[in-house]
Amino acid sequence: MNTTQKAAAVVFEKVSKAFGSVVAVNEVSLTVEPGTLVTLLGPSGCGKTTTLRLIAGLEMPTAGKIFIAGRDVSLLPATDRDVSMVFQSYALFPHMTVLENVSYGLRVSGMKKKQAGEKAEAVLAQVNMPGYGARLPSELSGGQQQRVAVARALVLEPQVLLFDEPLSNLDAKLRRQVRQDIRELQQNLGLTTVYVTHDQAEALAVSDSIIVMRNAEIAQKGSPRDLYEKPEDIFVADFIGDANVVKAEIVRIDGEQAIVRVGVIEIPLPHRGLTPGEVDLAIRPESVQLSNGAAGDALAGEVLKATYLGGHIEYTVATPVGELFVIDPRVHMMFSPGGTVGVSFAERGVTLVHP
Amino acid sequence: MTGILRSTAAAWVPRGLILFLVAFVIFGPLANMLLWAFTEVWYFPAKLPIEWGFAFWERVFRPQGNAMESLINSVLIALTTVVIAVSVSIPAGYALGRRRVPWRGIILVAFLLPQAFPSVAVHINVARIFYSMGLAGTFFGVVLVHTMQGLVFSVWISTAAFATIDHELEEAARNLGASALRTFFTVTLPLALPGIMASGIFVFLLSLDEFTGTFFVGVPDITTLPLLLFTASMEGNYQIASITSLILLVPSVAFMLIIERFLKADVLAKIGN
Repeated sequence: MNTTQKAAAVVFEKVSKAFGSVVAVNEVSLTVEPGTLVTLLGPSGCGKTTTLRLIAGLEMPTAGKIFIAGRDVSLLPATDRDVSMVFQSYALFPHMTVLENVSYGLRVSGMKKKQAGEKAEAVLAQVNMPGYGARLPSELSGGQQQRVAVARALVLEPQVLLFDEPLSNLDAKLRRQVRQDIRELQQNLGLTTVYVTHDQAEALAVSDSIIVMRNAEIAQKGSPRDLYEKPEDIFVADFIGDANVVKAEIVRIDGEQAIVRVGVIEIPLPHRGLTPGEVDLAIRPESVQLSNGAAGDALAGEVLKATYLGGHIEYTVATPVGELFVIDPRVHMMFSPGGTVGVSFAERGVTLVHP
Repeated sequence: MTGILRSTAAAWVPRGLILFLVAFVIFGPLANMLLWAFTEVWYFPAKLPIEWGFAFWERVFRPQGNAMESLINSVLIALTTVVIAVSVSIPAGYALGRRRVPWRGIILVAFLLPQAFPSVAVHINVARIFYSMGLAGTFFGVVLVHTMQGLVFSVWISTAAFATIDHELEEAARNLGASALRTFFTVTLPLALPGIMASGIFVFLLSLDEFTGTFFVGVPDITTLPLLLFTASMEGNYQIASITSLILLVPSVAFMLIIERFLKADVLAKIGN
């Protein structure tokens, strides 16, 4: 099965959706390139699931236009859209066998029972569930149910595949495996995929591109690396990974660079349109470097807490600019609580952020 | 070891006693009914029937006795009532359980109203209206009275059955390309079916046992088993009453067996969910 030539772009043009007086999606514009996996990431109630349902046609926009493969589908009902969705609850029909579930979409489109069954079997084999056709969904484990739900969506060879928090009902160990499976499948089939999650680690792991949503609007979009290393504002910095947000001051602008003073040290950073004065600086925990004693151009810090976690050590360090949370991969040496350390910053993982 | 044995015995004696009492309360009257059904002569102070026999069975099933006619009437009325009640409660339950219906609560309570007032008062008035409409003493008139009483069960249970179906299942069907009608018949209705079947059983049993409404609307043209039972009891003929009760069990059990064949036990067990 090769669906590459079917993969379609999804485009939102200032799409809004209101439920009564509650605005769930507010003038969102976005583009999902054909064959890519885009994640909608955000806290609950940010509008990410509504956005997904707008693509599926399960909600109709109150304003704006939605295009799939260049065709305006804004008011096209779900039944007539070539979009398949894997629901959070999987939504497998409990009164049908696995095979009946998977071939349901083919049957309603008029395919003969035998042919539909054969095709469903083939897709079940593809998601590693061969021979499960005669079972009822209630006889399967959560992970197996999820694969059946994926098979049911894939069998229609949709232009766009949608996932609504697909891992939320799986136990932690299975999640890593399943998200790899989903990513692999998506890449092998070259499917345009939109994926909703509130888990930033999941988003970073599976996505070509991430759209962070907040309060019905897009906070930032970009590649996982962009979002992690160059978060636009405090919200994104804090939502994706851990971030220490400290007050700093732009001393002067020098071309593309801003010279930023943090305590006693000055570091050059891209200015991102900010002007001299007080600013917020987001620092990733692994970008804080600790050294013995307060030497030269380092901040003087005092170790408050040190936790050995096997793969790395977590510190809480008090500095003149506030408490910093630090992740240090050097597990062979450990700074003891109460000790004095020098604190400096790595080149990557330190960014000016908009408030 | 003996200590354990003694303590288990001590625990089982009160349990056994309670079980016996419960069994006695449930099966005592039934046993009494069974005894009466095969009694020829039984009077105080004898503890058990003095003479046993089948004489009264012969009387009940005698061609000029109207037991068989009443039985057929009862079953036909009950089946028709079930068909009408279920065909009303499928659309009503779907609308009330899955759609936003204005006055939903009031509509649901309205079905309860006939049960909320003393049933004699309700049925006397129903009888008066039916007389003026020519429905009194007709098969259809009795069916209508039974349906009125049955609807509260069938509509309420169907509403609950439809309401508990996960919306995502219907959305999944639509997402897979099924039309609204197809979604209803392939997903929604099959999932509500156990509840609807259960409501059908309730309505059937209710109609089979119904007395007051049949008495006021049906008599003397339509006789059902409960009426026969009533007449026999009033005449002090416990044998006839007991035999009629036993006959009344036959359609109930048969109906439940039929339903059970269509519905696997695990489906029935999901009714509560």
